[in-house]
Amino acid sequence: MKIPILYNLRSLRARPTATLTTALGMALVVAVFIGMMALSLGFQAALVETGSTENILVLRRGADSELSSGINRDVANAIAALPFVAKDASGKPLISPETFVVVGLERRSGGMANVVIRGVSPEAFDVRTGIRITEGRTFRPGSGEIIVGETLVTRVPNTEIGESLRFAGRDWEVVGHFEAGGSSFESEVWGENELFMPVFRGQVFQTVALRMEDPSAFEGVAETLEADPRLAVDAHLEREFYANQGTLLGDILRFLAVFIAGVMAIGAVFGAVNTMYSAVDSRAPEIGVLLALGFKPRSVMASFVVESMLIALLGGLIGCLIALPINGLVTSTTNWNSFSEVAFAFRVTPTLLVAGIVFALVMGVIGGFLPARRAARRPVVEALREVGS
Amino acid sequence: MALVELRDLTKRYQTEAEIISVLEDVDLNIEAGEYLSLMGPSGSGKSTLLNLMAGLDQPDSGTITIDGSEITSLGPNRLADWRANHIGFVFQFYNLLPVLTAFQNVELPLLLTNLSKDERRERVEVALNVVNLSDRMEHYPRQLSGGQEQRVGIARAIVSDPVMILADEPTGDLDAASAEEILTLLERLHSEFNKTVLMVTHDQHAAERAHRKMYLEKGVLHQ
Ligand SMILES: Nc1ncnc2c1ncn2[C@@H]1O[C@H](COP(=O)(O)OP(=O)(O)O)[C@@H](O)[C@H]1O
Ligand SMILES: [Mg+2]
Repeated sequence: MKIPILYNLRSLRARPTATLTTALGMALVVAVFIGMMALSLGFQAALVETGSTENILVLRRGADSELSSGINRDVANAIAALPFVAKDASGKPLISPETFVVVGLERRSGGMANVVIRGVSPEAFDVRTGIRITEGRTFRPGSGEIIVGETLVTRVPNTEIGESLRFAGRDWEVVGHFEAGGSSFESEVWGENELFMPVFRGQVFQTVALRMEDPSAFEGVAETLEADPRLAVDAHLEREFYANQGTLLGDILRFLAVFIAGVMAIGAVFGAVNTMYSAVDSRAPEIGVLLALGFKPRSVMASFVVESMLIALLGGLIGCLIALPINGLVTSTTNWNSFSEVAFAFRVTPTLLVAGIVFALVMGVIGGFLPARRAARRPVVEALREVGS
Repeated sequence: MALVELRDLTKRYQTEAEIISVLEDVDLNIEAGEYLSLMGPSGSGKSTLLNLMAGLDQPDSGTITIDGSEITSLGPNRLADWRANHIGFVFQFYNLLPVLTAFQNVELPLLLTNLSKDERRERVEVALNVVNLSDRMEHYPRQLSGGQEQRVGIARAIVSDPVMILADEPTGDLDAASAEEILTLLERLHSEFNKTVLMVTHDQHAAERAHRKMYLEKGVLHQ
């Protein structure tokens, strides 16, 4: 930078209205971009965090979702007896054969939400180590008690502790709330698998979740499971299974973020082009002097591109400030794999903020390019002649 | 060899109606350390001649050799470097950057050199001292009078120690007292600092103070 950046900063300050309006146009684009990306990130994070890298999720061979899977009790027992299943202190295998149904429950805000009702074994809390009871206690086996994920509590009535939630033709007593690190489990209702099994889909589990003794041995374990003709199952690494459920929607959201922000960016770039053209035109004599003093055309060009980028930087920062408050805001969408509602929080990460600023800077460069080129190509004599006229 | 040698310099402008011949086969030699004035009616091509010598404009034909370089054959980047090293230009309307202080305006040409920040500061202070504005370093152009602005302009022209000072009507926009100051200053640059100075002026009295007078009329330079 031969021409001091101070020159650009002060020139921008000398015309605050143009600078601010242009920056605000960019800020809006950046805020929308960050907002939509935060949505996509939050959604995917919720699903990624649902699964563990130490767990295997077993589904019926060919089943592509928990909903469409079915595993008989003898198959579940056979899996529990396999050697690679981790054991707890008392020697019990860490395995949770689970029932999985989706029921319609009324929302607090009106309308219906599809909610996952998951029946788990008492060992489930050792298999899924991220589950933590935040209020009340866990359900007692054989009692008809349930626990409710925290985000679901805020969305569905009759989920407070002591209240009864009605589904599958009977009332279930809520005895606890749990959190699961922001994962989609927090949008579920959990109860005992043996109680849910008869009232829902008969004598069959949907999936088996198990903890591996040696997580690094996943490939071999999966092969062994899938090769066993008695079982007829597919084995998934739990994390990958849930993460994959979010891929399609996550991709669509990201595409939309880029597309919508991209369309808006065109407008903002035109704003920058306009502002920079008028800056270049009104400062022709200054450009003339810089060139006359021996600054190269490319230095003049760089100077005006930098000036445009400074506006963009301001816009980017404002955009980040606008977008920041949505961080942690909870919203929900449908998991297209289970057709159930997943609640998740917008995630405005530092990386995303940096991406927003970079987005703004790119707009700045594009918007500044043509005006800067006009500045650099201006014949010196012509630029100087505009003095005093 | 003279410091400046112009040979058969011709400059024409094409307008819709006609071709205006501004300079017609101008020849001129300037020795190092000379102090010259250039007069002529408005529109006679004085600025054009100065701009050509400063490498700001290109002639239609002829050569300009200054300090051994034939500058009409230089490309725009080489020309910019050459200009930064050889020419100090003083403008009629001062042409200071309004958003920079006097100090920063004078420092501008030094940003094209390899001087350190401290060396630059020292040079700028010397230059502003020469034009007697040491107490106005942190002032912005709008806080200065016309005469003071032009003195900053002169400080900027001399700060990089150029071979030649070209001044295009440096007093044209000033009151008599300020103009006198500027003329004295240019004279000092010549006598005290041994600079080659070429000044365009409308003012007969100002022109008289130079050691050699030239007159431009209808494209022809009379020496
Ligand atoms: N870009 C241009 N196009 C057409 N004519 C021009 C252009 N620049 C200068 N001229 C003409 O060239 C002549 C000389 O101009 P100039 O050198 O500025 O005169 P001076 O400085 O002596 O008043 C004038 O007649 C002016 O109108
Ligand atoms: Mg003129």
